[in-house]
Amino acid sequence: MFEIVNKETLGPNVTRYEIKAQRVAKSRLCGQFVIVRGLEHSERIPLTIADVNTETGTITLIVQTVGKSTLEMTTLQKGGYFADVAGPLGQPSHIAKYGTVAVIGGGLGTAVVYPQAVALRQAGNRIVSIIGARTKELVILEQLLGSVSDQLIVITDDGSSGKKGLVTDALRELTQSDNKVDAVYCAGPVIMMKAVAELTRPMNIPTIVSLNPVMVDGTGMCGGCRVTIDGKRKFACVDGPEFDGHKVDFNELMDRLKTYKGHEGKKYEEHKCKLLQGNK
Amino acid sequence: MSSEPDKLTAKERMAIPRQQMPQRDGIERSRDFKEVNLGLAEQVAIREAQRCLQCKNPKCVEGCPVGIDIPGFAKLIADGDFLAAAELVRKDNDLPAVTGRVCPQEIQCEACCIRCKSDTPVAVGWLERFVADYQMGQSKKTKPTAVKKTGKKVACIGSGPAGITCAGQLAKLGYDVTIFEAFHKAGGVLVYGIPEFRMPKKIVDAEIRNLKAQGVDIETNVIVGRTVTIPQLMNDEKFDAVFIAVGAGLPEFMNIPGENFKGIYSANEYLTRANLMEAYNPESDTPIIRGKRVCVIGGGNTAMDAVRTSKRLGADESIIVYRRSAKEMPARVEEVHHAEEETIRFEMLTAPVEVLGDKDGWVCGMRCIRMQLGEPDTSGRRRPVPIPGSEFVIDCDLVIVAIGIGANPLLTKTTPGLKLNKWGYIEADENLMTSIPGVFAGGDIVRGAATVILAMGDGKKAAQNIHKYLSR
Repeated sequence: MFEIVNKETLGPNVTRYEIKAQRVAKSRLCGQFVIVRGLEHSERIPLTIADVNTETGTITLIVQTVGKSTLEMTTLQKGGYFADVAGPLGQPSHIAKYGTVAVIGGGLGTAVVYPQAVALRQAGNRIVSIIGARTKELVILEQLLGSVSDQLIVITDDGSSGKKGLVTDALRELTQSDNKVDAVYCAGPVIMMKAVAELTRPMNIPTIVSLNPVMVDGTGMCGGCRVTIDGKRKFACVDGPEFDGHKVDFNELMDRLKTYKGHEGKKYEEHKCKLLQGNK
Repeated sequence: MSSEPDKLTAKERMAIPRQQMPQRDGIERSRDFKEVNLGLAEQVAIREAQRCLQCKNPKCVEGCPVGIDIPGFAKLIADGDFLAAAELVRKDNDLPAVTGRVCPQEIQCEACCIRCKSDTPVAVGWLERFVADYQMGQSKKTKPTAVKKTGKKVACIGSGPAGITCAGQLAKLGYDVTIFEAFHKAGGVLVYGIPEFRMPKKIVDAEIRNLKAQGVDIETNVIVGRTVTIPQLMNDEKFDAVFIAVGAGLPEFMNIPGENFKGIYSANEYLTRANLMEAYNPESDTPIIRGKRVCVIGGGNTAMDAVRTSKRLGADESIIVYRRSAKEMPARVEEVHHAEEETIRFEMLTAPVEVLGDKDGWVCGMRCIRMQLGEPDTSGRRRPVPIPGSEFVIDCDLVIVAIGIGANPLLTKTTPGLKLNKWGYIEADENLMTSIPGVFAGGDIVRGAATVILAMGDGKKAAQNIHKYLSR
């Protein structure tokens, strides 16, 4: 059992949990994730470790409510417990000194790139962060990411916060300005990562993306998270989750992510109905 | 007791036919997850035990990887002293309710039975299961005897058959043992791999409780190699010895076109979803694809478990696709027989060459080619050779790949100085010690994919050698 020492709502359907997980906090390196079960019957869900506190032995997870397991997780309160937290898993981020690095987070991806921004800045890079979201309410971690960036750009589909447009618009503008972009780190919806990788490919800008396929064990045992990188099969849980964006078969990943769409929607709706009835 | 076995002559014993294991109807059971075999009744078990000729030089014991005193416990059953029989089995085997169900007896103890010469062997596996279940059903639990503590700490990595056995043996010798398990539930392959209808989880749970009652600590959610490393366990957490029993755990795929369409699982993933995550239970949140026409590639026990699971999850037709002939299938005879009774279709001498997908990226079929057997290969089995022009398509909406597993590098890569063989398995000496002093290894991560009982044999042997090593 893993105690929730802090819980905070960051936005609609986005919650930040600080969880006691001594062993994970001690071993975790930037870019790694945990597999979590909120309750005993929950699905195992991979979540990026957004932050750790080695003194208190806690880790920070940022969770978006997308299905039944994550919806039920929101019923857990400070002082309560997560059933299981296993990790840290995956390869740590490849952190190097490039010069100027554009760190791009789309939606919840902002929670994935935040620790990368911290590590990249420590490595002596100039950090330009780009947060993209559909609308103002969905922009998360703006202040936090801003605090570790030399420049922060917010861009929304509807223009309700920051500029109006897509992250690729902001990145294109950045590369066309006097600022040379030496590397891009990017996490978010697959379609966004694909667009970013396509934009940087002709410019030969190294582009690291963080992939989020379906996983069960997280230790390379099930092969459910297999992705195609440069024509070869890789397991995102042990070989990733970060890969060279110019080598990822994004179309295949997008398609495989649809595997349980019907199931998730159904469970989520059923459960939401139950919760609502319970509240009456 | 009505029977007086001691007075039976060898001739009378020989006259008793092999008893039948009662089992549920094939069609009925293929729609639920309840156990297939129902276990022997007391009188039937006695009758079967009387068939044992009490050989002076019993070959069956040699055939048992952990050397159970088979004539001894058969005699006790024949005498009606089931608890004593169970205790005798447990002297050599910590998990008799498990091995009684999953051991390939037909190539081990039963294959060596003297009765095979003219008749059918004594049903050693069924008798073993009988005494184990009988003991488990008794309300009076044997309390673990207090042992003198050695003050030394041993870590067992993995809570499968090897880890459980080693931990249990070492606890009995007075060691402080901690098992580290990567999953959220202990039991290893017994809980994620072998299905409920063959290995009820309550039996594994009972064994895990036994282990805890003996003072063994089990820490779940610890992935050794990531959460903590072996050097850290030894240097920082002061473990005096480590036993690595993490299993093989790296799924092989077929490397044919179309393998990443939606609707293709490794057997590991499919069985983990079904068993550990209980996806068959509507209360569980873990999804699983329920195919209507399911193809399972492979001929081992894992393939049988997967194909029979798919039937239980509602498939109209479930098909084993195997590239050699029935004779070469590595699965236990009983599993194949049970699968046949459950109307599983077998496409023998058939190899997939491509998985076909529909416009939405879902599996819709598999292009296969017929094979014939050629010269024996390095494994001694005749090599399957494709028959030119024999390609055909099997329509299906779910494919499960059960063609074997390799060595998972997660732990081995993060343990400096650990010597591996060219396939990535750990090299261990005759005492199961690895290239690192105090670090032992056994089970599938040393042997490659093997059986529960061989892993348990390694667990036992490792415990003895760890004891020797720490008593120097």
